[in-house]
Amino acid sequence: MRVWAARPLVCRDAVSIMSDFVDGRLPRREANRLERHLADCPHCHEHLEQLRLTIRTLGHAEPEALTETALDDLIEVYQRWRAEESAGM
Amino acid sequence: MTGPATEVELIDRLRRGDQTAFTELVTAYQPRMLRLARGFVPNQAVAEEVVQDTWLAVLRGLERFEGRSSLTTWLFAILVNRAKSTGVRESRDRLLSADEVADPPGRFDATGAWSSPPEPWSERAEDRLDAERLAVRARKHLDTLPTAQRQVLLLHDVEGLSREEVRSLLDITEGNLRVLLHRGRSRVRAALESEVTAR
Repeated sequence: MRVWAARPLVCRDAVSIMSDFVDGRLPRREANRLERHLADCPHCHEHLEQLRLTIRTLGHAEPEALTETALDDLIEVYQRWRAEESAGM
Repeated sequence: MTGPATEVELIDRLRRGDQTAFTELVTAYQPRMLRLARGFVPNQAVAEEVVQDTWLAVLRGLERFEGRSSLTTWLFAILVNRAKSTGVRESRDRLLSADEVADPPGRFDATGAWSSPPEPWSERAEDRLDAERLAVRARKHLDTLPTAQRQVLLLHDVEGLSREEVRSLLDITEGNLRVLLHRGRSRVRAALESEVTAR
């Protein structure tokens, strides 16, 4: 028995550090503890996959497209600026 | 609009008074800027106003863009500063609530092991149709998150800004950022779970 070994993680704690783990922000020792836990716990492993999928999905979320009215309003902003420029403001 | 060379060229055209450069710029960025602004202000109308003000500030500040930061970072910094001065939507949310739990109570037993384990759906969700449905759900759910969580998720996970950029724009610590990312992602994960398992 390795007396210096960190105590094993419980699932609740594993879940609480998964976001940092995915971002590579866990200290090496903590990451190792989590990896050991994940190897034995299919539920936490699934939870981690879901978290990764969530982050990937957020990165793919497309914003609402620009409407023509909005574009017209912005062209007006542009023309106001051009007018300011030529008036030497 | 992909590389720095294109960005610098676009800015040059704008400085020369090329209106089509402006149209290209707003077509590429307006939707993202509006979505980001919604994370800071109370409603869509105010968000639209803030983004319009931002464009005017961008045009007036063209001379100050030196290409040291990316165009996205520069635009977002102007937007976030204006949005913040316009008013945070629910100021109470800015405070991190210690008793807020990201996962519903009852998921774990007294020993900290799962009492209600996650349903296995991550593999099913890789299917293309499901992926599209999930993206829509994620986008909608973002809007319901507490303000601070929503802001960090928008900037970091949706827009892909670096942690340093997010911390500086929102004036938060690394510790806050980690907590907010954890909580926000947990909520979105739960929303996606109910979307997938509802069928």
